[in-house]
Amino acid sequence: MSWMLKIENVSKMYRLGMIDSSTIQDDLKAFYYKLRGKENPFLKIGEENKRDTEGGDYVWALKNINLEIEKGEILGIVGKNGAGKSTLLKLLSKVTKPSQGTIRSRGRIASLLEVGTGFHSELSGRDNIYLNGAILGMSKREITSKLDEIIDFSGCGRYIDTPVKRYSSGMYVRLAFAVAAHLDPEILVVDEVLAVGDVEFQKKAIGKMKHISREGGRTVLFVSHNLKSIKSLCSKAILLKNGMLDFYGNCSDTIDKYLETDLKENNFLDKEIGNKNFKFNFIGLKSQNKTYQNPIIRIDQTELVLEYENLSDFKKIHFTIKLKGVDDNIFLTTISPENFISERKGKVKMQLPKGYFNEGDFLLDIYVIRDKSISILGFENIIGFSVIAEEINIGEYSGTEKGYSRQAMTWIKEY
Amino acid sequence: MKTITEELISPKKNLFDVNLKEIWRYRDLILLFVKRDFVAVYKQTVLGPLWFVIQPIFTTLIFTVIFGQLASIPTDGLPQVLFYMCGISTWNYFSECFTKTSNTFVTNANIFGKVYFPRLVLPISTVISCLLKFFIQFSLFLLFLIYYIYMGSNVTPNAHVIVFPFIILIMAGLALGLGIIISSLTTKYRDFQFLIVFGVQLLMYATPIVYPLSLAKEKLGDYYWVAKLNPMSSIIEATKYAFLGQGEFSWGHIFYSFSVMLILLFIGVLFFNKVEQNFMDTV
Repeated sequence: MSWMLKIENVSKMYRLGMIDSSTIQDDLKAFYYKLRGKENPFLKIGEENKRDTEGGDYVWALKNINLEIEKGEILGIVGKNGAGKSTLLKLLSKVTKPSQGTIRSRGRIASLLEVGTGFHSELSGRDNIYLNGAILGMSKREITSKLDEIIDFSGCGRYIDTPVKRYSSGMYVRLAFAVAAHLDPEILVVDEVLAVGDVEFQKKAIGKMKHISREGGRTVLFVSHNLKSIKSLCSKAILLKNGMLDFYGNCSDTIDKYLETDLKENNFLDKEIGNKNFKFNFIGLKSQNKTYQNPIIRIDQTELVLEYENLSDFKKIHFTIKLKGVDDNIFLTTISPENFISERKGKVKMQLPKGYFNEGDFLLDIYVIRDKSISILGFENIIGFSVIAEEINIGEYSGTEKGYSRQAMTWIKEY
Repeated sequence: MKTITEELISPKKNLFDVNLKEIWRYRDLILLFVKRDFVAVYKQTVLGPLWFVIQPIFTTLIFTVIFGQLASIPTDGLPQVLFYMCGISTWNYFSECFTKTSNTFVTNANIFGKVYFPRLVLPISTVISCLLKFFIQFSLFLLFLIYYIYMGSNVTPNAHVIVFPFIILIMAGLALGLGIIISSLTTKYRDFQFLIVFGVQLLMYATPIVYPLSLAKEKLGDYYWVAKLNPMSSIIEATKYAFLGQGEFSWGHIFYSFSVMLILLFIGVLFFNKVEQNFMDTV
């Protein structure tokens, strides 16, 4: 019973496209359903929010989010652009309402989606402290009692009666954050705001947030693309993916998971990845005699390059490689020879036949298997790459043919 | 120890669930917005607050030349300058409140998109900051009035002046109600924005500002009731009667305007309340 914030089945739908005379039809239809006491019909046709696939006009920016956040916890929120992070924060800060579901909080939620909301460039720093503070929900008396502290924290004491339009951008941000940092809500929601300041300011801001949660027992929700600041600040984190809650766990696990999924678009991975038994230093797929360019040309001969380190005493190790389309259908499973990996450290190549891939996007899974039975390491979607057509002569068929592979086969003329 | 307030955010909100307590809690914000509007508006101008009085003086001048001299529209026997100035400064308050509040969602989308506070705070603060400007402009009119009385004109301010605060209240309510209705309608479909730009212009001519209501009575005959339908008619006429001694002062007509105001405010708050929940998705 120690939750401070409880998110239950929260979903948010957005309509895509322009607002014009066609939207009014949908509005009238929804209104007609409502008059008859039925549910909005458009809530049923919403689709998962995948940006690159085509579909209807209605998408779920968030779908069925369930979450409980405890008192004093700092929760990080990570996810790619468009995963729903900002939408979630908007719902929490009451800027817009969820389409379905409820959010309960034990205490006031204050949100900091932007530093200096409502700052007026003609007003002095002091006036803006009052205005911004009041917008964020403080009373005049509260602000007056904290005024000296705020000015002190901002480090703008000398300029406090100068219009903020004369401020440097750094001072502006510091002043704005100083106001927000002295809010006293039970729950604080913070978006990317730290990205704008310099290093010193970021350190100060992170320190302040830690202080708020530790000393004050406040709950903080924090979004950032800067994984370092998430790591240093948050105890737990969630990963959002296409509007859904993909992973919830302690901070470093979530970040690992995030990096994993985020690497999809890269046709090589130049970093250490693995566990206590085995690790890869490099995984990449490229055209032979070329650099790691993405996309890959259809008629090229491709090769998979692996650099690894065997940290265990297992001798009989082989790799299993699975290739699949972005629709998650595996179309090839191939295994390396046994006893192939004898050295502690090594680099191997797997050559694919010339012209193996058809046009399209592909993903690769890799597993490290010992004794032909037990997987000691495995990554799904560890790399991804695109294959495009070569330059086609004018007059020849240049359309797309279906299928994952376009490999040339051996043809024999019988008679 | 602070008391813990439980908050609930859910998609459905009762149509009549207007949180007046919450607006009261944000009263400091209302005053700060008023201050912002007032202080920031004429920054970096040479004449500064003088602009508040230049505008009605010039409009009065133009009206006197065009409607008074060229068109010779009667003014109930009142000095033309006073007659027009009284109408203009009063009307300006209404039209400015109305135009500004009707843009609430669109012009403040950047603030609304980043932080929550009761959205009604902004239109309310607009009405108050316009009021300050109105007081300045109306004081100018009073200065002219004193000058004319001193010069022996036949203007007779009377005891009805004490009703004036009530008149202002009705006017503020009308502008606020109408403004928030329009602002609620413009979040998704901007069509109404175009309507009000010239709508306010036209409405001014439907209000007895450049002519007295008595002239409308004389010329319109059976259709006189159309002129009285405009809730601003009674306001302008009552103001003229109270300060200048000529015009139509009828409690019934004022009560009519008051009722219209209540209805508009009621509808406006309902609309506003409904729209403010999701308008960020469409604005």
